[in-house]
Amino acid sequence: MGNIIVIIFGAIFINNFVLSRFLGLCPYFGVSKKVETSIGMGMAVTFVMTMASLVTWLLEWFVLVPNNLQYLRTIVFILVIAALVQFVEIVMRKVAPALYEALGIFLPLITTNCAVLGVAILNIQIGYNLFEALVFAVAAAAGFTLALVILAGIRERLELAFISRHFRGVALSLIIAGILSIAFMGFQGMM
Amino acid sequence: MLIAIISLGGLGLLFGGILAFASQKFAVEVDPRVEMVQEALLGANCGACGYAGCSKFAEEVVAGNAPLGGCTPGGAKTAARIAEILGQVAPETEARLVAQLVCLGDCSVAKDKFIYHGVPDCKAAMMYSGGSKACRFGCLGLGTCARVCPFDAITMSEKGLPIIDADKCTGCAKCRNSCPKQVIDMINARTFHYVRCKSTDKGKQVREVCERGCIGCGICVKNCPQKAIRLENNLAIIDSFICNNCGKCVEVCPRDTIV
Repeated sequence: MGNIIVIIFGAIFINNFVLSRFLGLCPYFGVSKKVETSIGMGMAVTFVMTMASLVTWLLEWFVLVPNNLQYLRTIVFILVIAALVQFVEIVMRKVAPALYEALGIFLPLITTNCAVLGVAILNIQIGYNLFEALVFAVAAAAGFTLALVILAGIRERLELAFISRHFRGVALSLIIAGILSIAFMGFQGMM
Repeated sequence: MLIAIISLGGLGLLFGGILAFASQKFAVEVDPRVEMVQEALLGANCGACGYAGCSKFAEEVVAGNAPLGGCTPGGAKTAARIAEILGQVAPETEARLVAQLVCLGDCSVAKDKFIYHGVPDCKAAMMYSGGSKACRFGCLGLGTCARVCPFDAITMSEKGLPIIDADKCTGCAKCRNSCPKQVIDMINARTFHYVRCKSTDKGKQVREVCERGCIGCGICVKNCPQKAIRLENNLAIIDSFICNNCGKCVEVCPRDTIV
């Protein structure tokens, strides 16, 4: 049980995917203009990460390892994630059109999100069992959402502030992200 | 090696199969007319209609929220096709508009005030004390309009002015909106003659910087049988909806500004 708690805290705070591992930076800056959309993106990432972890973990241990094909891991995982996102998109459009409209462009964006691939590969490299892998995926996604919502909240407030012309937009976002990253580095060495 | 090929290929096939199955099983019913309308559109996603793209416009037209003639580039032809698909009467459309370059100051007739070596883009050059042209109204000739044109109707001549192909121009006005000097006007496509200058400077100043700029002498205004030309701020302006292409102004213009 203690092990699980370590995984959760580690993935959310200590090794936050965006702020310490620097994965998934594209959606981090692309979808952090509004808190509302950033929460939507967080939900989508959570969903896809968990599904992807499940499928890739099963593939690794039941297809790749028995055949000594670990060197194909990256390409197989990319294939899986891309197909999975497509599948989820098709099903969601039919079953939950409202959610489909709400997530909109975010879902296909996740196809090429390196954070998802990162989770899948880290699961294998660290050697988690299936349950640990799923917990790790959910926690990593929670960490991603947390970082995204924090940045979106700050950016929303800065919308109304007077900012020197040269710092407006992405420039300031990058600086904020850097400061946030330093803040999260404070957790380093906690466990 | 063989196992690798089989397993990777197998996985690809499997996922492909699943996706094919899912797209059949979970297919969403879309009004077939939306697709037909979309095919009737030009598909440049220029945004002149005010919607996010051609597919969005098609949806809105079928839903009855957008006007049948909303596709500016498509004009009357597209409006008629859409009306046919939806079983409605095509609306009367206004005269077709095309983009017209309103400057003749290429490198052989217009002077420069400095040599510009910056980013080759009109908007960038504009920030640098209004660009290198000595005439502050003149075309900078760096081709921003040619790059934004979604229909490839604009090419840059060797002398550094855009050439607008009126047949390819659909009147989406993207070039006009992108031009920092605003030397592109949207005019009636049936009009051949137009005062190709935007300078409101006094005649003397125009003479100093350009050989073909309008000096505001007013000879064309006096000679126009249709009274389609007026003089505003030292600049002759032809109303392209009154002009009947008689060509009198072209003959009398002492500076060859009207072409």
